[in-house]
Amino acid sequence: MTPPDGTPPDGTPPDGSSSAGPGSHDGARDETGAAANGAGELVGGGNGLRPGRRHDAFGAGGSGDTSGFGRLVAPAPVLAASERPFGDPDADAVYDALERVFPQLGDAVERAVVDRGELTLHVRREGLPALAQTLRDDPGLRFELLSSLSGVDYPDDATGRRLHSVVHLTSMTYRRRLRLEVSVADADPTVPSLTSVWPTADWHEREAYDLFGIVYTGHPGLTRIMMPDDWIGHPQRKDYPLGGIPVDYKGATVPPPDERRSYS
Amino acid sequence: MTPSSTSAPHTSTAQPTDGTAPPTDGTAQPTDGSSAYEAGFTESASGRVYTVTGGDWEEILGAGEQDAERIVVNMGPQHPSTHGVLRIVLEIEGETVTETRLVIGYLHTGIEKSCEYRTWTQAVTFLTRADYLSPLYNEAAYCLSVEKLLGITDDIPERATVIRVLVMELQRIASHLVWLATGGMELGATTAMIFGFREREKVLDLLELITGLRMNHAFIRPGGLAQDLPDGAERAIREFLADMPKRIREYHRLLTGQPIWKARMVDVNVLDAAGCIALGVTGPVLRAAGLPWDLRKTMPYCGYETYEFDVPTALEADSFARYLVRLEEMGESLKIVEQCLDRLRPGPVMVADKKIAWPAQLSIGADGMGNSLAYIRSIMGTSMEALIHHFKLVTEGFRVPPGQVYTQIESPRGELGYHVVSDGGTRPFRVHVRDPSFVNLQAVPALTEGGQVADVIVGVASVDPVLGGVDR
Repeated sequence: MTPPDGTPPDGTPPDGSSSAGPGSHDGARDETGAAANGAGELVGGGNGLRPGRRHDAFGAGGSGDTSGFGRLVAPAPVLAASERPFGDPDADAVYDALERVFPQLGDAVERAVVDRGELTLHVRREGLPALAQTLRDDPGLRFELLSSLSGVDYPDDATGRRLHSVVHLTSMTYRRRLRLEVSVADADPTVPSLTSVWPTADWHEREAYDLFGIVYTGHPGLTRIMMPDDWIGHPQRKDYPLGGIPVDYKGATVPPPDERRSYS
Repeated sequence: MTPSSTSAPHTSTAQPTDGTAPPTDGTAQPTDGSSAYEAGFTESASGRVYTVTGGDWEEILGAGEQDAERIVVNMGPQHPSTHGVLRIVLEIEGETVTETRLVIGYLHTGIEKSCEYRTWTQAVTFLTRADYLSPLYNEAAYCLSVEKLLGITDDIPERATVIRVLVMELQRIASHLVWLATGGMELGATTAMIFGFREREKVLDLLELITGLRMNHAFIRPGGLAQDLPDGAERAIREFLADMPKRIREYHRLLTGQPIWKARMVDVNVLDAAGCIALGVTGPVLRAAGLPWDLRKTMPYCGYETYEFDVPTALEADSFARYLVRLEEMGESLKIVEQCLDRLRPGPVMVADKKIAWPAQLSIGADGMGNSLAYIRSIMGTSMEALIHHFKLVTEGFRVPPGQVYTQIESPRGELGYHVVSDGGTRPFRVHVRDPSFVNLQAVPALTEGGQVADVIVGVASVDPVLGGVDR
């Protein structure tokens, strides 16, 4: 098997031109450049495909072109910060209340995004504990319930901070939802733990640590929860192989899922 | 934690290798096992051989009699009362539990990761297997997320939404019946077990009639449903609706006033509403603590705001209150199912956009179920474009605009949330399941510490965890 973190056979530098994920800020690439680039990037399929990147039907990647003919370029997904007012009553109400009671808001929040009616605050990790405490305790916010905490791995994040820790909060008083997103680099994957604010974060953070390698500082017992204690690696990262063996069926061989033809 | 920790695991058991010896990594551990807690190992031709020696207990615990009454009991993972493979480590003094620790992960199958290697539609087949007692809730929450990402939430046909609500509420009854059956059996009430599984079988028969499968239906798909209700489904459901209320009265007669049942459950495993919210506990456990938090009422989805039903609550916050709440909820679900039947109007059950709608034209063939011959004749014989479109949609799938959403619905065990991320491709970039069993299990130490060993069984049962959802 190809090493999961190895470079692809063509040695393409990770230029991020087709980077996946809402967190990226890529400039548009013109069609001719993409076509020339795409033609030189044919790879053999199988594990040569770079995880987290888009590939066409023949395995070429790096251009955003998924037609296989080097002419069509899908625009790189860019989700920039949303303009105030957001136009969503709940999102505006939450942000207004935060501005009133949390003076460090500009330092703590990198950007706020409203997408599909959901407000996301991209938070700097230094500001997370104070912001979380305010969100829970302020009478105008009252996010009493931490619904969910999950890790997401964006290997091509333009900022280089590929590991995202995403928290979903629910205000039972006002019946609102809010998403906090903290992103950290693989080299320094520490995020302040939220267990002192919401005790339910305990197992969620252990899961995100186990599967993504995000280290939550201040957690009372950050150990693996799904995988065995002596497991090496963090299985849900994009560069961790899925595993699997080819299966013989009526004379044909079905390759394992991560080596089958992929369209994205 | 090092940057290189993303490399493939060296523990070779779970990772298939290509037959050669795994690479030796001399930096990982000293071969002589210098730490008392680490197993030493040696390399051999067939792989790494670990040597596990006995722990030096006196060094760890200290000698002496001061802890003579202190016993550590390991319950599970193979234990009939742990609802699957849950391991509970109990520290007890006499009959009193002083510390409870839960160990999970024995059923971790990587469903979330597997979804990243399948199309958006195929992922349903995996996710339905997460919480295997409420598969339709997994499907519904996931499909609602995908539809929100696609921006087609308002385009889902009315009939599809009504049938979704109908099958979900039928499944809530089935799930609560399994809880009654297994919970009763753990307390020695075998009649409760017989009754619970007997009626659950009737619900499963209905779901088999509607979806084709008793469990793991993959019936709800992004954009609508796999197929419409079959002939006779409505009549069969109405027969069930006529029969079920007297069954629920039967459970009340059998259990609600029964002295042993009450002695085991009243004032046992109390957790108040503030404790529930701090620990993230939702569902019947929270409602039994007095807070009427039901997402069907508080943050409605699938048109639940248009149905008439009550949210049963109790104030006692003990195991008996949870039992009463679940029994009441079955009756409320029957009400919703009846309203669903009344508002079923003919119409499509899949979104009109042919670029998304799954072409599942099925019919009853000689072998039970098969593709519709008329449809196959149409795409094979008359329209090459239709054939190409069918082929592309089934093999490649549809693209979903980039972004992320979180959708939460009220499953039989509480808030079931799906955090779904798309990078604009034909496969989910990330699917995270916020499973209510996973979160609610965190409350077990709070429920059981300070109580009797026998009440641990009641406490775990009253939370109603499903380990398929906990570990995923």
